[in-house]
Amino acid sequence: MTHTYTASGRARMDHEEEFVDILEERRRSCDLGHALRTFKPHPYQGGPPCSTAELNKAVLESQYLRYVAKEIAMETGSSVVKVREEARRLLEEMSHNLQLSSIRLMGYTFTKVAKRLFSSIYVNMEGLSTLQKAIQETPVILMPNHKSYVDFLVISYILFTYDIPVPVIASGIHLAGLKMVGEILRRSGAFSIRRAIGSDKLYWAVLSEYVKTIVRKGFAPMEFYVEGLRSRTLKSLMPKLGMMHMVLEPYFKSEVFDITLVPISISYDRLLEESLLANELLGVPKPKETTTGLLKSTKILQEDYGSMHVNFGRPMSVRQMCEGKINRCQYNLTPRDLPQKPTAEAQACVSWLAHLMVRVQDEGSVISPWTLMACLLLQAPITALTEEGLLWHQLTGKTLWLRKLVLDCGARLNWPAQTPDSDVMSSAVALHCSVVHRKAGRVYLVQEEEPARRHPISPRESVMRTASGVLMLASYRNQSLPFFVRPALLATALHITQSTQRDELFAFFCFLQELFSYEFISIPGELSQDFEEACSLLKKCGAAHISQQEVTPSEGGMETLSFLQALIQPFIDSYQVMLRYLSEEGDQVLTEKQFLPAVRNLATRLILSGELDTYEALSSDTQKNLLLALRRLEAVTKSRASEENEFNVNKAAVRSIGDVLSGKIPPQMLQTTPDARL
Amino acid sequence: MAANGSGGGGSDRQRVAQQRLRIIAGHLRRPADDDSDVRAAECKAPQSESDASAEGKTVPRRRQEIMKWNGWGYNDTRFLFNKKGQTEFTGKRYRLSGMILPGLQDWFENTFGASVHHKSPATTILNSSAVQPPTLNEAFVEELKSTGVPFSHDAEDRVFRANGHCLHEIFPLREGKIGRVPDTVVWPNCHNDVVKIVELACKHNVCLIPFGGGTSVSSALECPPEETRSIVSLDTSQMNRILWIDEKNLTAHVEAGIIGQDLERLLNESGYCTGHEPDSMEFSSLGGWVATRASGMKKNIYGNIEDLVVHLKMVTPQGVIEKSCQGPRMSTGPDIHHFILGSEGTLGVVTEVTMKIRPVPEYQKYGSVVFPDFEQGVACLREVARQRCAPASIRLMDNKQFQFGHALKPQVSSIFTSFLDGLKKFYITKFKGFDPNRLCVATLLFEGDREKVLQHEKQVYDIAAKFGGLAAGEDNGQRGYMLTFVIAYLRDLGLDYYVIAESFETSVPWDRVLDVCRNVKARIVRECKEKGVQFSPLSTCRVTQTYDAGACVYFYFAFNYRGLSDPIHVFEQVEHAAREEILANGGSLSHHHGVGKLRKQWMRDTVSNVGIGMLKSVKDYLDPNNIFGNRNLY
Repeated sequence: MTHTYTASGRARMDHEEEFVDILEERRRSCDLGHALRTFKPHPYQGGPPCSTAELNKAVLESQYLRYVAKEIAMETGSSVVKVREEARRLLEEMSHNLQLSSIRLMGYTFTKVAKRLFSSIYVNMEGLSTLQKAIQETPVILMPNHKSYVDFLVISYILFTYDIPVPVIASGIHLAGLKMVGEILRRSGAFSIRRAIGSDKLYWAVLSEYVKTIVRKGFAPMEFYVEGLRSRTLKSLMPKLGMMHMVLEPYFKSEVFDITLVPISISYDRLLEESLLANELLGVPKPKETTTGLLKSTKILQEDYGSMHVNFGRPMSVRQMCEGKINRCQYNLTPRDLPQKPTAEAQACVSWLAHLMVRVQDEGSVISPWTLMACLLLQAPITALTEEGLLWHQLTGKTLWLRKLVLDCGARLNWPAQTPDSDVMSSAVALHCSVVHRKAGRVYLVQEEEPARRHPISPRESVMRTASGVLMLASYRNQSLPFFVRPALLATALHITQSTQRDELFAFFCFLQELFSYEFISIPGELSQDFEEACSLLKKCGAAHISQQEVTPSEGGMETLSFLQALIQPFIDSYQVMLRYLSEEGDQVLTEKQFLPAVRNLATRLILSGELDTYEALSSDTQKNLLLALRRLEAVTKSRASEENEFNVNKAAVRSIGDVLSGKIPPQMLQTTPDARL
Repeated sequence: MAANGSGGGGSDRQRVAQQRLRIIAGHLRRPADDDSDVRAAECKAPQSESDASAEGKTVPRRRQEIMKWNGWGYNDTRFLFNKKGQTEFTGKRYRLSGMILPGLQDWFENTFGASVHHKSPATTILNSSAVQPPTLNEAFVEELKSTGVPFSHDAEDRVFRANGHCLHEIFPLREGKIGRVPDTVVWPNCHNDVVKIVELACKHNVCLIPFGGGTSVSSALECPPEETRSIVSLDTSQMNRILWIDEKNLTAHVEAGIIGQDLERLLNESGYCTGHEPDSMEFSSLGGWVATRASGMKKNIYGNIEDLVVHLKMVTPQGVIEKSCQGPRMSTGPDIHHFILGSEGTLGVVTEVTMKIRPVPEYQKYGSVVFPDFEQGVACLREVARQRCAPASIRLMDNKQFQFGHALKPQVSSIFTSFLDGLKKFYITKFKGFDPNRLCVATLLFEGDREKVLQHEKQVYDIAAKFGGLAAGEDNGQRGYMLTFVIAYLRDLGLDYYVIAESFETSVPWDRVLDVCRNVKARIVRECKEKGVQFSPLSTCRVTQTYDAGACVYFYFAFNYRGLSDPIHVFEQVEHAAREEILANGGSLSHHHGVGKLRKQWMRDTVSNVGIGMLKSVKDYLDPNNIFGNRNLY
């Protein structure tokens, strides 16, 4: 395995490292034996272990909480004793209760379930061994991406299996609220965080002191999802900065020598909750998380979900990453426990690191042949999928072509070398029988059959049924985006601007990145590196000639360019529909609750009239992302006055964004676009 | 023994003084040929060379007669590994002298991955031809001659005044490499001599660099390479008399060239002491203490140099600066003493100092406490400081340094002692459950009335007990203090076997003490690794002083440099990184070593732009032509 450092100091890996199937041994030996194995992790050298009670005591007695309690008591007129009592209650609700016996129980159950669900769980052993070393030296933060509920305990399970201290895990409070399960999770090391902390100062203080104390003590690694939520689209989310800041602050304030961040990329061949997610995106309400609900979902256990990859990324030293970005002397002149707003410098650094982690997680993911097929299926006309069927040999031929492209773009592809290619693709399709089925040399999109239907399906219902399948396909396609998105945005820029001038293309590239900032996460301040990367990838796969001034499509590169551009097209079409709604049909002031169904109606209408090809405009995820991006571009502003999340729409600004996106405004004009991130 | 020379007096005071002398002699034994009268002498006429050495002062004009030119301390004193795998400490001057240290070689080889078979010996003879011929200002030399103040252009004399004891100064000397050295050495005998020299230097535009004890560890004595004028080293070592003792006010008026051990010895004979005992007190001078804002081990009782000074006299190019009275405190604008304290030879020469003295304490007792870990130890020191009950000295060594100290244990004379040692170890590690790789030791020194000392001792041990501390005996305590006096000799031993070492210090608020210790030590380890050092370094620290609002932390670091092409460069990079780390952790640029040229790149950040401007404006007024051109501080 070779690491190469890029300019920003992060490592890229080549993908020859060994992935080992950890289920294989479980299938051969006794599950109970595994659960009861002697667990002897090498502990952190910086300090002794710390019990739950000691940890909670340290938090409650911290100088920081004293300050905050006093402040709150002053503000609210309540007594300090009461505030501190409240803090104790909050901490009780929050804190984990990690116990080895629960880990064993969890391990036993996990083995049983995982063996049934997955054909294999691949883990990169080299990543594990570097992690093991890192855990002895510095506090370690495990940062997995979050695509499925299965993520939640898999890391603990793997670490338990390989004698590495099991982590303390930040989880949403909805999980802790579950009967029994909540307590089991706590005992497996989960601590719970309320979703909307908002302005609850005391809660915020207790949480941040709790997290910082765990990091300072370093006795167990901490695990949290920098994206905050589970992604509904298999696409990475904009990272949340609050938790990241809490985790990093002990380093900023020199309370620890260093902190090691370990990005972990978890990838699934097939997602357990795929159909749930698609429904959720289409506005079908998600079932509330209850223990019985969880048990009911056990029918999921009957199916095959292929393999799962857990890729432990190279440990990254916060000290090294922050060099030149944080001046730790800034904390020298005030007590470090004093509650203070983070400085702009610290905020920028936290944000940069959080985005970087998302990028590294993305780059570490493993994609399957099915991902490539999903890309191609989505580029076929929708009628081909729903009615006449797509020719199997056409699909497989194109998939093999795409395999080369995705490898050129740096992806880790799980394509078994020993199996004939045709078998690989057949089994991929077979695994995803919930999305497509293959009949007589053709492939069709599966449309949910609802038995005992009393009336014929209305056209609208039919749109939704198709949409469900399309959105599932889109999710699997999204797994390829980390590798394609930058060259694809450049291909789109080439297509829309019809220009070959580098500066014009760069301007348009930046515009696209800005507009799609919530779709495709980019690292703040690194757009020009991203553009360079896009150029060199297009060059590498022979799609374009790159010179000092120009990017010119090459003769043989049309297939690649049009594939890449088509990859982005659904996003552009969806955004155009929404922009059109906002600038023409919608009110000046509207709430998110009004916006989502209204746009969905408009999109359905357009799909039925044949004006719109993509069903992705129906996804609430896309709709919310657009609103967030428009707020960022200041074309939409949030009015503070109301509770209802009202938005003020600047119709002219929205219209001009639409015009730039359709190429009506030449790229030269873009230089004046307000662009905070450049 | 030194103490016996002046014995015989029957008064209580003298009895106490003798006891006191015995204690001092404990770590500072010196030959018996000292002269012991306290003279309120007039400035003497210039003496001939032979006079000076015959007089038997600790520091002769020709330092080479007793001291090493490319290592620490006395010529007759050094560590060596003998063929039996034991370590010897030669000479007769120290408690440890002539003793066998059975554990040191093992510790040395294990800690550094070094081997006694891989030697890197130093050049022994100073080769005068390697020294550049002096650049002389003839007119200055002519006029200097007429004043009768002794001076020399001898190569050896000049080399001896060209360096302090930073590693990067000593290392090239060991290889026989000699850089820019002063062109002339001049030995004034009194304040008036200094006035004459400074006047001449101004008149003829030569550069003056004051030289006291030569123990600088901040590159302060290095001749600035950019200096083109003739450089004159003004050696104050012959200005070493106690001019008077004022028993009513408990002050003594002393010439600034006197070195610490002489000052204490001479005062002791009258039943007094200053109590100022920096680790370098064997060689460092009173003027040097003033010029660097020195700190003594027993500052908890006696104060640091700034607390001890009552009156100062300094010769500057603008004339002599001094206050008109000896009031113990004044509200007369900014204290002009504070322009002088810490001026590091950039403004003038301190010639005479009136300082506080105290009767020699009746009773002195060492002690030590073992803590389960460093965190507990620091918490205990913090509590001691909070209760303001620190003994004369309290120091906390980390685990590595404790083990280091342990390796310096002399051969035990009886089986019984070694049995007792084994028992103690068993009690602490097995019975009390202390992890031998985590425990740490505080060393204590109590001073005063016997009764009060015992009471005080109990108070401190009671506090220690709250933090899991166990009393660990006087021996361990005393050995801890001994370590500081022999450490510089040990560095020379290391240098003989490819191991380079340095110490540095800082002061830091209490809440950051643990962070500074942990982070700086870790930084050193990481930097060494990154810079290609093949062996893991020794990176250790101790908390050496407590204050109300913080503490002084002292670091040692050392590594085996085999396999490095430019060890000094690597070393400097690591040291630089360590200082950056200290500053990032809220530590100060220096607690008592000073800035010199080694740390001046950080001065602006330390005192702000305006602060630098203030300092420079004083310099511009006092010394517009940069006669005192050592270029320290800024």
